[in-house]
Amino acid sequence: MNLTLKIWRQQDASTPGAMHTYQLADVSPDMSFLEMLDVLNEQLNAEGEEPIAFDSDCREGICGMCGLMINGDAHGPEVTTTCQLHMRSFSDGETITIEPWRSDAFPVIKDLVVDRSAFDRIIQQGGFISVNTGSAPEAHSVPVPKDDADRAFNVATCIGCGACVAACPNGSASLFMGAKITHLGLLPQGQPERDERVVNMVAQHDHEGFGGCTNIGECTAACPKEIPLDVISQLNKDLRTAIKHGH
Amino acid sequence: MDMPDTVTSTEASASGSLDGDYDDAAGYYTPGSPLVDAKAPEGPIAERWQNRKFEARLVNPANRRKLDIIIVGTGLAGASAAATLGEAGYNVKTFCYQDSPRRAHSIAAQGGINAAKNYKEDGDSVHRLFYDTVKGGDYRSRESNVYRLAEVSTNIIDQCVAQGVPFAREYGGLLDNRSFGGVQVSRTFYARGQTGQQLLIGAYQALERQVAAGTVSMFSRHEMLELIVVDGKARGIIARDMITGEIQTHVADVVVLASGGYGNVFYLSTNAMGSNVTAAWRAHRKGAYMANPCYTQIHPTCIPVTGTHQSKLTLMSESLRNDGRIWVPKNQADCDKDPRDIPEEDRDYYLERIYPSFGNLVPRDIASRAAKYQCDDGRGVGPEVDGVRRGVYLDFADAIARLGRDSVEAKYGNLFDMYARITGEDPYSVPMRIYPAVHYVMGGLWVDYDLQSTIPGLFVTGEANFSDHGANRLGASALMQGLADGYFVLPHTIRDYLADGPFEPIAEDHPAVVEAQESVKGRIEHFLTVNGERSVDSYHRELGNIMWEYCGMERTETGLKKAIDLIRSLKDDFYRNVKVLGGAETLNQSLEKAGRVADFFELGELMCIDALNRRESCGGHFRGESQTEDGEALRHDEEYAYVSAWEWAGDDAAPVLHKEDLVYTAIEMKQRSYK
Repeated sequence: MNLTLKIWRQQDASTPGAMHTYQLADVSPDMSFLEMLDVLNEQLNAEGEEPIAFDSDCREGICGMCGLMINGDAHGPEVTTTCQLHMRSFSDGETITIEPWRSDAFPVIKDLVVDRSAFDRIIQQGGFISVNTGSAPEAHSVPVPKDDADRAFNVATCIGCGACVAACPNGSASLFMGAKITHLGLLPQGQPERDERVVNMVAQHDHEGFGGCTNIGECTAACPKEIPLDVISQLNKDLRTAIKHGH
Repeated sequence: MDMPDTVTSTEASASGSLDGDYDDAAGYYTPGSPLVDAKAPEGPIAERWQNRKFEARLVNPANRRKLDIIIVGTGLAGASAAATLGEAGYNVKTFCYQDSPRRAHSIAAQGGINAAKNYKEDGDSVHRLFYDTVKGGDYRSRESNVYRLAEVSTNIIDQCVAQGVPFAREYGGLLDNRSFGGVQVSRTFYARGQTGQQLLIGAYQALERQVAAGTVSMFSRHEMLELIVVDGKARGIIARDMITGEIQTHVADVVVLASGGYGNVFYLSTNAMGSNVTAAWRAHRKGAYMANPCYTQIHPTCIPVTGTHQSKLTLMSESLRNDGRIWVPKNQADCDKDPRDIPEEDRDYYLERIYPSFGNLVPRDIASRAAKYQCDDGRGVGPEVDGVRRGVYLDFADAIARLGRDSVEAKYGNLFDMYARITGEDPYSVPMRIYPAVHYVMGGLWVDYDLQSTIPGLFVTGEANFSDHGANRLGASALMQGLADGYFVLPHTIRDYLADGPFEPIAEDHPAVVEAQESVKGRIEHFLTVNGERSVDSYHRELGNIMWEYCGMERTETGLKKAIDLIRSLKDDFYRNVKVLGGAETLNQSLEKAGRVADFFELGELMCIDALNRRESCGGHFRGESQTEDGEALRHDEEYAYVSAWEWAGDDAAPVLHKEDLVYTAIEMKQRSYK
């Protein structure tokens, strides 16, 4: 199929960017979205125009490195990562608009590449259980009810891609944060630091410039791992409990 | 401890033997002196690690913060080491090319992690895990290392559970286990099909905790491009800030490479797009030997290539072979038909035909090669790419008829969904198509028992080293090795080296630093000024095709020699005719790839020479010249029970081969048989 692509190009963080239009012919429906961009880049390189910078690594939907706004939707029209989106989801003659993640807290580095290091800094403020190597007790010394373990796993599948932030009209990272707080809060090992964790992570979240949550739900709709919205309720509940405890 | 499916190697060797002049690689390399692992402990195998830990000198806690450690790579092996050494109080700097340490490709491992917990009371033990791993590696690994791996495996599970890794559990709240990769005990711990992700997130969180504590500095979007060696010791790295293009010097008392495997030398593999050999290869050029580079693991159940645009391959769990039946059409004329219209009598269930007792469950390498032979024979299915259909059917029609669609969905639903998403076909109604793909490399930088390379002060962990898997890796053992090295082995062995530190400070204008800086800048300058005709990717793809064709599932003397010639001329053309646009002082993904592909050329040539030298079939290395009458892999233990450790001799010189003899004291060598 033949496509018209409108793509955001920006030389670096300090130079203003703009949309550029490209024509791409003979796109196979079996190509992944990123392979379609690879083919465009080969074409640009041959024509002497610098290829478009975009992030990707595993290309199997698990590392969280890729992420584009496609026709205004984070990761495009399907519930999956950009790398797992295929061109059969589009039709011949279509115009596709491709932009980087939209968020003040994710500044553009170049073209479609953004800086998501704010996520790492949120984790640094408590998204862990403090246990030094070698000091762990025998794994079977603390049983965990299967339902809790299963739910902890389900929310721990967050890949940290940032689609939730890009989709949120407020630019909130509450779904990302709620997933981690719920994961660790469901496990007995996560209890000792539970209050401190939520208070410190939320403080860092706000400091990074992410917005507040107003329960719109765009985040969970865009999430390629379908993290449920109620992790944000858990986040708020944990925060209220921590404040009651005097944090 | 005899396994039913093995015969002694002398019995098997009797059916095939080497002729007198068997060194096919003569002329391609220079013989070197034998290599001995100076740290190899002696005594009963079960006591060696305890003894080594005791003998390794300690570093006074007050001195640790004066000791600088560089770690390259943040997968399981790197992140776990960084966290542990940070907790111990060392001053750690960690580097990764991704935007966050959490993206490293360990994250994509699906199946699980082995540990000799024996929670099922089914006869598992440290010794049995050790035995299975050495046997699985076709007796080409070092027994002391493997025993230690099995020994620390149980600590890994304890550590991960304490970190909050949500492993699968039973209704009583205890951990669940499954049997994996054909072993007869249930020792695999798992988190649905995303075990690698959960373990890596655990290690990543431990790492970020140390970043917050100030013991670890994280340099993401930084790529190591050179090793700094001063007075024979590894003393730092040259890294490029991938956003600004700045070439930085980082010095340290010790350098750890945890930079993963080099499967992307094949262009298409299940590795991540950015996985590369550059960190390891730059160290190799500075004196670190590369061991067994030809040992490659190829996985039979991947989704086939759809066209020349293909950028990577996706693996599906091998458990699919438990219920799916593999076949191709008997007649070439049927290859482009709808498989549902091909009658039963026109189908060739070739694995069931050739291997009646194991059928579709033959080991990975046999299943892979058999698929290749069918496609080479013109009976492959699916889209034609470069004139050949490379795919075979994996059919669940019988399983659905026997078990019902719901049962099949319960077992394989997530895999069927993944297949449908990628191919656009419904595997419940149309047979899946599969084809083998490169998945893991057992070869890597040579290390001694302490995980130290031939350059003092350069340690290598995880897939980047060669030590634990021999010629083939068992399922669910890669995660085990990465975490064993990082959490429980390296932190003990590295202290013996650091006990002599801190070493003399290195000035920014030290000749070794300047030389390394200039080398990096020279390469970048070259790539940006060639201004030729072809893109980096086009060269990479062509190199990958050569490797896959001649150094893939089956290697022969003629093919390998041809490959070496092809690689050399393609490499020459690459340096003269590559086209890299953009600048040096900006994010430039073509430039990044150019440096990686340049190193893949040199690695690819060495892999072919290594494969040429080893005129035997073992594990993931199959030489057409060394097979039984039934077409099975045939080892030659008398001639090849050694590790091939290759020394770089210069751009225009043949590599030097050092052999480390493999001696087994705790296990007897056997030849396998799957008929």
